[in-house]
Amino acid sequence: MGLYDIMFYYFAVVAVVTALLAVSRANPVHAVLFLVPCFFHVAGIFVLLKAEFLAVIQILVPAGALMVLYLFVVFLFSLSEVKGMRAAHRQWALAGVVVVSLLLLLSVLAVSSIFPGPFQELVAKEAANNTAAVGGSLYTSFLFPFELASLVLLAIMFGAMVLARREDKE
Amino acid sequence: MISLTHFLVLSAILFTIGMMGVLMRRNVIIILLSVELMLTAVNLNFIAFSHYMKNPVGQVFVFFVMTVAAAETALGLAIVIALFRNLETVYVDEINQMKG
Repeated sequence: MGLYDIMFYYFAVVAVVTALLAVSRANPVHAVLFLVPCFFHVAGIFVLLKAEFLAVIQILVPAGALMVLYLFVVFLFSLSEVKGMRAAHRQWALAGVVVVSLLLLLSVLAVSSIFPGPFQELVAKEAANNTAAVGGSLYTSFLFPFELASLVLLAIMFGAMVLARREDKE
Repeated sequence: MISLTHFLVLSAILFTIGMMGVLMRRNVIIILLSVELMLTAVNLNFIAFSHYMKNPVGQVFVFFVMTVAAAETALGLAIVIALFRNLETVYVDEINQMKG
């Protein structure tokens, strides 16, 4: 068992455990705070897959910016009060059946599929320049979707401001 | 020896945990967090296949998925704020005003 395997199992176990804790906490603040280490360990798995650029983005955007956004909303509106009410939806039993069967289906599909060829091939030139590879593809073949993404973000910014604005009642 | 299957199974587990959060929880904030988790699991799949096929296009897709995830979070939280102002609740089974 090499270092790669040990690191994979460490990242995988911590990510799964923190994700389980995040979706099972009654208090939304705890849920958000458990999701931060989960995203950090997923970023570690991205590094194992030689996607260093996206690992950094994963730490900056989902684990950093978005979690801060969630915490701001939870704190500003005092949504963390549990009020002694049940946390689970009343359809939880049916949902459990769906969830377990989906997990079985996906796992069986993943395990029974045969992927020929090697997986860990240490290609030095690609590993050394992941950012250049992603950037080269992003700014040539995917330039139009890239520009479109900025338009999406602009539209979402105005949409969020309009939706969250306080109505002035005189 | 870690193979592509390991990453696919990990991604399936994370996706299922996210789906568990979406279907079983009442708090709309936790439902949004779980959607985030599901998107992360999908990104993991994209990156695993990108590594396997030695093709950076999968990582470009992850870039766009993260953009849409950020947009979804911003808009979703704005809707939560509007909902809380109008109805004073964040529990999805109490939000049934449009139920026929």
